[in-house]
Amino acid sequence: MNRARSAAVLEAPAAKDFKSSYKPIWCPGCGDFSVLSSLTKALAMLGLRPENVAVVSGIGCSSRIPAYTTCYGFHGVHGRALATAAGLKLARPELTVVVTGGDGDGYSIGGNHFLHACRRNVDLTYVVMDNHVYGMTKGQPSPTTEPDWDSKLAPGGTGLRTFHPLVIALAAGANFVARTFSGDPNGTADIIAQAIRTPGFSFVEVLSPCVTYRPEQREWKKAVRPAPVAQTDDPARAVRRIMTDDGFNIGVLYSGARKPFQPPIGAGKATAADLERDFAL
Amino acid sequence: MAPTVAGSKPARSLSLAIAGSGGAGVMTAGNMLLEAAARAGLYGLMVRISGPQIRGGEAGALLRFAPQPVESLDDHFDVLIALDWQGVHRLAPEIPLGPHSLIIVDSAQGTPPEAYVRGAARCVELAMKNLSKSVPGSWPNMIALGIAAALLGLPAEAVDAVVKKSLKETSSGSVAASLAAVAAGRAAASDIGASFTLARSAQSAPRWLITGNEAAGLGAIRGGVRFVAAYPITPATEILEWMAPALAQVGGLLVQAEDELASINMVIGASYGGVPALTATAGPGLSLMTEALGLAVAAEVPVVVVDVMRGGPSTGIPAKTEQSDIAIALNGLHGDAPRVVLAPNSIADCIVTTQWAVHLAESLQVPVIVLSDQFMGQSCAVIDASPAVTFTGARLSAAAGTENYRRYADHASGVSPMAIPGTAGLAYTADGLEHDEFGIPSSQAADHHAQLAKRSRKLALADYGPLWADVEGDGDIAVITLGSSTGPVREAVAAARSRGVPARMISIRLLAPPRPAEFASALDGARRVLVVEQNGGAQLYRYLRSQYDMPGDVRSLARPGPLAIRPSEVCRALTQWGNA
Repeated sequence: MNRARSAAVLEAPAAKDFKSSYKPIWCPGCGDFSVLSSLTKALAMLGLRPENVAVVSGIGCSSRIPAYTTCYGFHGVHGRALATAAGLKLARPELTVVVTGGDGDGYSIGGNHFLHACRRNVDLTYVVMDNHVYGMTKGQPSPTTEPDWDSKLAPGGTGLRTFHPLVIALAAGANFVARTFSGDPNGTADIIAQAIRTPGFSFVEVLSPCVTYRPEQREWKKAVRPAPVAQTDDPARAVRRIMTDDGFNIGVLYSGARKPFQPPIGAGKATAADLERDFAL
Repeated sequence: MAPTVAGSKPARSLSLAIAGSGGAGVMTAGNMLLEAAARAGLYGLMVRISGPQIRGGEAGALLRFAPQPVESLDDHFDVLIALDWQGVHRLAPEIPLGPHSLIIVDSAQGTPPEAYVRGAARCVELAMKNLSKSVPGSWPNMIALGIAAALLGLPAEAVDAVVKKSLKETSSGSVAASLAAVAAGRAAASDIGASFTLARSAQSAPRWLITGNEAAGLGAIRGGVRFVAAYPITPATEILEWMAPALAQVGGLLVQAEDELASINMVIGASYGGVPALTATAGPGLSLMTEALGLAVAAEVPVVVVDVMRGGPSTGIPAKTEQSDIAIALNGLHGDAPRVVLAPNSIADCIVTTQWAVHLAESLQVPVIVLSDQFMGQSCAVIDASPAVTFTGARLSAAAGTENYRRYADHASGVSPMAIPGTAGLAYTADGLEHDEFGIPSSQAADHHAQLAKRSRKLALADYGPLWADVEGDGDIAVITLGSSTGPVREAVAAARSRGVPARMISIRLLAPPRPAEFASALDGARRVLVVEQNGGAQLYRYLRSQYDMPGDVRSLARPGPLAIRPSEVCRALTQWGNA
């Protein structure tokens, strides 16, 4: 079990009740510590109970989050968290399902699932801790890494254009799109709570610095600012804003009202014997 | 079998092919003939063959009828009815004719290709197209249906009832024309001077008309599957198309995923949530799923994957059969990853084996791969109604209030209770990382060894009962086979026995985990073993050699697809060996 601080069934779980006693493997100063706090805070704010929440992830530093919570967790294979989570949510619609991961897991190896999760619009909340680097494998460029970032694997930089997750999410049909900063844990908690409350596929991109391989990201705290415009339900406006900003506007950038994909399950009452009549001569 | 004069000794089985260009209605006529024969009390099998074209191209309905269930094609076709010859020469290897075969041709449609005429006893001319022109609104395929039904001696009422039922849905105007065309074909057949009347067995129990893919879907639902995620792929798609509405009726759900990586991870997610789940695919999809299957092994999540095998490697021969995914199913995961691999050995058995797969996955918390193939999957057979089977034992779930819950507790059975999300106080993280008994990631040798042993032990200790294999006979030569090769092997063994060759058949349904004790007992007294399979690499033979002790003389009859294994090739190997 994810060792809770208390084995007793909680009355009104507080943020700390969503944190397990398992010590994270992250480096000191990693932005993901704050994101974990924001997530547990959001779950407490929503009045949820740990047993009714599932946290699903793939592979990478940020994908270790499930076991750091007292919720049901699933730490699967690299890049497939959104598929696993969609299967779980479609089969068990009454659960709250949160997906966590990083930029490599979500935008590179899992890129196709990202597109289709946005398009399918299952009621999930996807929190991506984007630090523009593969940290767990010790410093390789990810899809959001700047083209001139020098590394052992790509000396002198990849020369590749960076991936724009928020624009892609909107183009693919995500119902809620936000950008937050790990250095603002309360703001991030508010937005994650709002994302969970919003039906359909909610995408929260968290700028979460990797102080080990991208120490220059410590400067992000100076660059971020609240988005100067109110949230919109017009995807075209949202895309224009996101494409023209410098990547540091934080806040809810788009919130729509598209109906989530949730075909009924548990409704049909026929038995296998009823189906067998198809085959009788 | 040679044509007989009506009233003489009935034939053992009749093989009849209807061929023509795509769009000529070959499959429609074949389906109607199969159903009419079934209504008249015969068993039968219809295999569909066609060129690679989506529409058009050449098509063949390969039918075989008998008084007993039919599970394989015969060595030769007794009758070939060709509506036309456009591209039909390409089907010749799949429609072997013998010296007693009869070809019914329409000379207005050209002369038969050399590949068919060579060795065939005789061609009979019937102007099918002209006959259909004499019945306005009808098509030559209905003339062919009338001819075929007459040769088989089917009562007119049985055929007419099927025509009415099948065409009612399309257009009522065509029913009368079709009935008249069938009658014209029936009348024309009397000029042929041949009859292939078969004995009909008394029908004591209801019978079904079903394909292997539908059978697998039904078995899955019987087993309790209520969630399917899958990606379309030939030749597995019909499982999904049958299950989509069927699942909705029983309160389940089918999702079309963006690819096979998503399919397998979705079903793992659903099953982690407590809902029995399955995906169906073919070789290319199974290749993509192998990483996540390892996750299901490590995290101990029950899932079933039905692999309807087709010619491989790579894209291979998508619409034709081959038993060449045995090796990937048995060995295709990295790490030490015990899994269950099953092989249904007939269309009817696709029901039972798939249901059993769900039961084993759920009760052992393990992925189960079911190796069906295109031959069973896309062929339609008349079978005895499959009685409902009950397997005892379900998923062991952890009860709320369990103290000090350990998801991966190292119990003697190797099976530990699984907490279902929503159960208070038992939350754990399912993980592909090696873990301790609580599920906490661990790279410690002791945890790794204990968990590996647990996952292996639960499969070794399970009681699989008599379903592990079908063992028939006790002769000195044991013929070991699997899947759709079982039908021809069973016939070959019977034929060899009738020639004095002491043979037995072992059709293995449970390929993994290996069952050394049962295997030894099935081979008791055998001194020679012949392993028959439909692939070029002798995948089953090599696996058996690696897992089991076998008597001194072991031979392999491994032939790649897509042509069906014929009883005669197995019988030849047996009689040569048996008389050596």
